Amino acid sequence: MKYILLMTGTKAGVDTYRAWSERDIQAHFAFLARLNKELTESGEFVGTSPLGPPDQAKVVRAGQDGVPVTDGVFPESKEFLLGYWIVDVESPERAYEIAAKLSGAPGPAGARLSMPIEVRQIMTSRTAELP
Amino acid sequence: MNAPSSEVGHERLLRELAPQVLGAVIRRFRDFSAAEDAVQEALLAAAVQWPRGGVPANPRAWLIQVAARRMTDHIRQEVARRRRETEAFQESDSVAPAFEIESDLDDTLMLLFMCCHPALSAASAIALTLRAVGGLTTAEIAKAFLVPEATMAQRISRAKQSIRSSGVPFQMPGSEERAPRLRAVTHVLYLIFNEGYVASAGSQVQRLELTSEAIRLMRILQRLVPEDGEVAGLLALMLLTDARRAARTGPAEELIPLSQQDRSLWDAGEIAEGVALLTAALAKGLIGPYQLQAAISAVHSEAARPEDTDWPQILALYDLLKRTSDNPMVTLNHAIAVAMVRGPDAGLELLDQLSRDGRVAEHYRLHAVRAHLLEMSGDLDGAATHYRIAAARTSSQPEQVYLLTQAARLSKP
Repeated sequence: MKYILLMTGTKAGVDTYRAWSERDIQAHFAFLARLNKELTESGEFVGTSPLGPPDQAKVVRAGQDGVPVTDGVFPESKEFLLGYWIVDVESPERAYEIAAKLSGAPGPAGARLSMPIEVRQIMTSRTAELP
Repeated sequence: MNAPSSEVGHERLLRELAPQVLGAVIRRFRDFSAAEDAVQEALLAAAVQWPRGGVPANPRAWLIQVAARRMTDHIRQEVARRRRETEAFQESDSVAPAFEIESDLDDTLMLLFMCCHPALSAASAIALTLRAVGGLTTAEIAKAFLVPEATMAQRISRAKQSIRSSGVPFQMPGSEERAPRLRAVTHVLYLIFNEGYVASAGSQVQRLELTSEAIRLMRILQRLVPEDGEVAGLLALMLLTDARRAARTGPAEELIPLSQQDRSLWDAGEIAEGVALLTAALAKGLIGPYQLQAAISAVHSEAARPEDTDWPQILALYDLLKRTSDNPMVTLNHAIAVAMVRGPDAGLELLDQLSRDGRVAEHYRLHAVRAHLLEMSGDLDGAATHYRIAAARTSSQPEQVYLLTQAARLSKP
């Protein structure tokens, strides 16, 4: 079963991260690269991608006339999706275990970030016979 | 013969020969993992060379020779490596014994036993079976399961490692071990079939048809153990299920339940083949769960219209099926049959008992069946409620759409 692990954060959080030391940044990305490699070796890795920074995010809606309405200035506290991982695992428990590893990625001075990771099952197109 | 159809012919031939060639190379070199890699290389070489230069007079011997050459290269490299590591290496270790003349059929069966060994995880066994017995490339298998090729390559290599470390020998299991090992093989092929049992037809065109591959491998297995009723039963079940493929979805890829399918779209050839296999198997006695499920499917297939369905017979078959295993999903389907024969209240009573079973109490299917029976009993509000609960719990998107559509149909103002 496939799960998507969603890493979210605020603009303020991203600003803090931009002020990390070189060593902290390297340790953080080395950790993530190692995790991706581990997931490939365990046969569970499907995909991952970071997303562009929240300060460039736009929210687009169609107005009643169909003309796009674009929103661009968000409060500091708004949560943004920062990146995702997709894994193919044997059980939901295993997906939670991987999410906990991600959440424990090192931040400043090597302390665990403990970021919230939202775990969502990816729906399948498989079906059972219907009554 | 035109080019495309000859290419399809080549591919079919290569995939038929794959397990036989692999069996022969394992016999000679006694190294499953390296032999499997060598045979993949030989299959790739053939796929490139045969369309241009023509199929050799003895394609099987050609493939064995190319794979054996790869193995010899591999062994030479290993010998050189080990010689660097230790001076005391015995040259005689690298001398390969001559080919033993054994039946190709036994080889294919032993390969299936090995790839579906209970020591492997389901995901590993599926991947290894498709590659070693099915003759598919890692890229093709990866595409079928919608994962990157590197991930699938790791699943295959981990499967081989498990086989190596568990010391599974390349030989027939003993007589008392044979039955459970055969059940492990049928289970893996059943999982491959289910993996391919998807609602959308159009979007799957680029994907390998896992259902067809499972049926192909089941046919091979059935030829190898024609005496086994459950193997015949599973092949029959796959054919009878696959026969309804074209009728299962509508133009917008919406799911269509059995009772509303256009039965003229059912594949009469597959139904006839499934029924014939099943009839022959049932005549031999020792009836197991796959044969019973196939028999239920066959009863549905025999009805020209939904109202012609012989529900009392289906109910009798579910009674037998319930006795073979304590599976709450079987009990759920049994409740539908009870409702069709004795009325919805009798079925709902069974569901009440089931809702105390922790394995199924939270399952979407319990709610979907309850909704269906409540609708039969005339409780449309209750039915809509349970269709919605079921929709919120299924992890299948086409099922979710179907269940929400049912709820909406019953909630019309």
